[in-house]
Amino acid sequence: MARIDLNHIRHAYGPNPKSDKDYALREVHHSWEDGGAYALLGPSGCGKTTLLNIISGLIHPSHGQLLFNGQDVTNLSTQERNIAQVFQFPVIYDTMTVYDNLAFPLRNRGVAESEIDVKVRETLEMIDLASWSGKKARGLTADQKQKISLGRGLVRSDVNAILFDEPLTVIDPHMKWVLRSQLKQLHQRFGYTMVYVTHDQTEALTFAQKVVVMYDGEIVQIGTPEELFERPKHTFVGYFIGSPGMNVMPVKLAGGTAQIGGHQIQLPTPVTPADAKKIELGIRPEYIRIGRSGMPVKIAKVEDIGRHKIVRTRLENQDIAVIVGEGEDIPADPHITFDPKGINIYADSWRVGGN
Amino acid sequence: MEKTWNNKAWFMVLPVLLLVAFSAVIPLMTVVNYSVQDTFGNNQFFWAGTEWFTEMLTSERFHSALGRNLFFSFIILLIEIPLGIVIALNMPRKGWGVPVCLVLMALPLLIPWNVVGTIWQVFGRVDIGLLGHTLERLGINYNYVQNPMHAWFTVIIMDVWHWTSLVVLLCYAGLVSIPDAFYQAAKIDGASRWAVFRYIQLPKMNRVLLIAVLLRFMDSFMIYTEPFVVTGGGPGNSTTFLSIDLVKMAVGQFDLGPAAAMSLIYFLIILLMSWVFYTVMTNYDAER
Ligand SMILES: Nc1ncnc2c1ncn2[C@@H]1O[C@H](COP(=O)(O)OP(=O)(O)O)[C@@H](O)[C@H]1O
Ligand SMILES: [Mg+2]
Repeated sequence: MARIDLNHIRHAYGPNPKSDKDYALREVHHSWEDGGAYALLGPSGCGKTTLLNIISGLIHPSHGQLLFNGQDVTNLSTQERNIAQVFQFPVIYDTMTVYDNLAFPLRNRGVAESEIDVKVRETLEMIDLASWSGKKARGLTADQKQKISLGRGLVRSDVNAILFDEPLTVIDPHMKWVLRSQLKQLHQRFGYTMVYVTHDQTEALTFAQKVVVMYDGEIVQIGTPEELFERPKHTFVGYFIGSPGMNVMPVKLAGGTAQIGGHQIQLPTPVTPADAKKIELGIRPEYIRIGRSGMPVKIAKVEDIGRHKIVRTRLENQDIAVIVGEGEDIPADPHITFDPKGINIYADSWRVGGN
Repeated sequence: MEKTWNNKAWFMVLPVLLLVAFSAVIPLMTVVNYSVQDTFGNNQFFWAGTEWFTEMLTSERFHSALGRNLFFSFIILLIEIPLGIVIALNMPRKGWGVPVCLVLMALPLLIPWNVVGTIWQVFGRVDIGLLGHTLERLGINYNYVQNPMHAWFTVIIMDVWHWTSLVVLLCYAGLVSIPDAFYQAAKIDGASRWAVFRYIQLPKMNRVLLIAVLLRFMDSFMIYTEPFVVTGGGPGNSTTFLSIDLVKMAVGQFDLGPAAAMSLIYFLIILLMSWVFYTVMTNYDAER
């Protein structure tokens, strides 16, 4: 178990990177606390797998330094780093039995056979494959294979960290839920440093203490699920987290107010950003009220999703989603008001002010 | 709809049957015909029954030729399969080296058999051949024309040179189909180089290796042209394989009866071997 520091890590797959565009990881400078459970969240292609492979040593970063408990491990091999990693798609050793598959990482490290037996049986119980232990792994279904991959990661309890790269993609929803809670329990029991990559926000928010959001080769925000929800540092976090995502609209700032078309909105605290190309106001649908006063809107669509309704409105040329409680009415002549608590101001996509 | 039952479908396979009859069955039957008869020339034939078969199966000459064949196949498999695997494992998986290696590997396979024989015949000569001359210079009294060991050495090296590429290409095809994730997982699991070979690469090559063994066995068991060109079966009978012996007997001595019996036995052995390999392979597939 270790604290992992990523010291100005950059990585390009091509040979001669010149501009930022050539980097799959633009720059990551961040620490994973010892024993922390992190979810790494981001759209496909943003560099999540690249980052994990750099931590585990499968890829050597183009620039930067990697520290485990303060020691430089940048040039150590995967084996020397002692990290467990579970990949998105199952990798199993076809010709071995289920049992031998799980024992493999331990045998390679010269663990005593009696200890291996205890560990393997325990892990088999956990992934619910105990009755399959003597079977050849080749005939199993995709989700059983993935459970074996997962098991090979979990069977080693002395690792510095466990990295999960979207491990539950091929597993059915019920089993997903079961495995996720088992991972959580394991974390509490052994206190591993865990990084869990996903592009599914519910998975990230339920699993982790801290969520790390990546976008386009960079970490854009690290925080608790509440922080990500209430104060997205980057408009991308606003869109990506929440359903529907945050409303983001271009505004002009004047003193303590923001102007949207012909409307003035009082800001909770005045903001004077340095010369930015683009100023935007972000507000989550949860913080918009619909009523008889405020800014007049047209209603485009109402989606009833059970617990609440999502009202798609238009304010002048701007689409704005509003969440309305199940019992609430929508007046014939609808107006909206913004709750000052939910207002965020962005300059060139980065948060500069708000509540 | 009511199904009609009749034998009209047989007419559809008739053309194929005719083709097979002319190309295989009729020639085979002439051989069978010769194998059970004796002749003293003048196109007069006498019934000989199983006499030729008995003679063949008990003859010293047949036994030693068969023994040489089996030994030859065994030796070249022992060299070509491991060597092919080692070369395939060391070939690049991406970059400009891939096409270069593939072309180099394919070259020997494109050369006709008799040319291969001629190349090695010249290559091994002490007076003008690079191999022969070099060995001579190294103080080895190399002479494949007179020394049976040297003749064998030359024939085996020639086959290895000619056919290892086939094993390499087959293995390589198996290797490149392994996704990167397997190698990554093996690194994470701390697998040694040997474990990666044993548990990831070898299982992926299993099937192609079986095919390689089958092809190389069949082909080496029927080898004719190259040793014929290089050694002509000599010195003495030391490199006289079944096929060479057969030609000697049928064309050289014009012993049609024994030669026919011998070809049938030869044919049956190959058929039997094919069947064994086929069974092994289908069993292997069923197990998967
Ligand atoms: N082996 C590779 N060679 C070249 N480019 C790659 C390779 N792997 C990933 N990339 C590129 O790096 C970027 C990040 O990829 P990746 O880390 O796999 O993203 P994610 O896991 O978030 O989907 C992508 O643009 C992808 O095309
Ligand atoms: Mg990925």
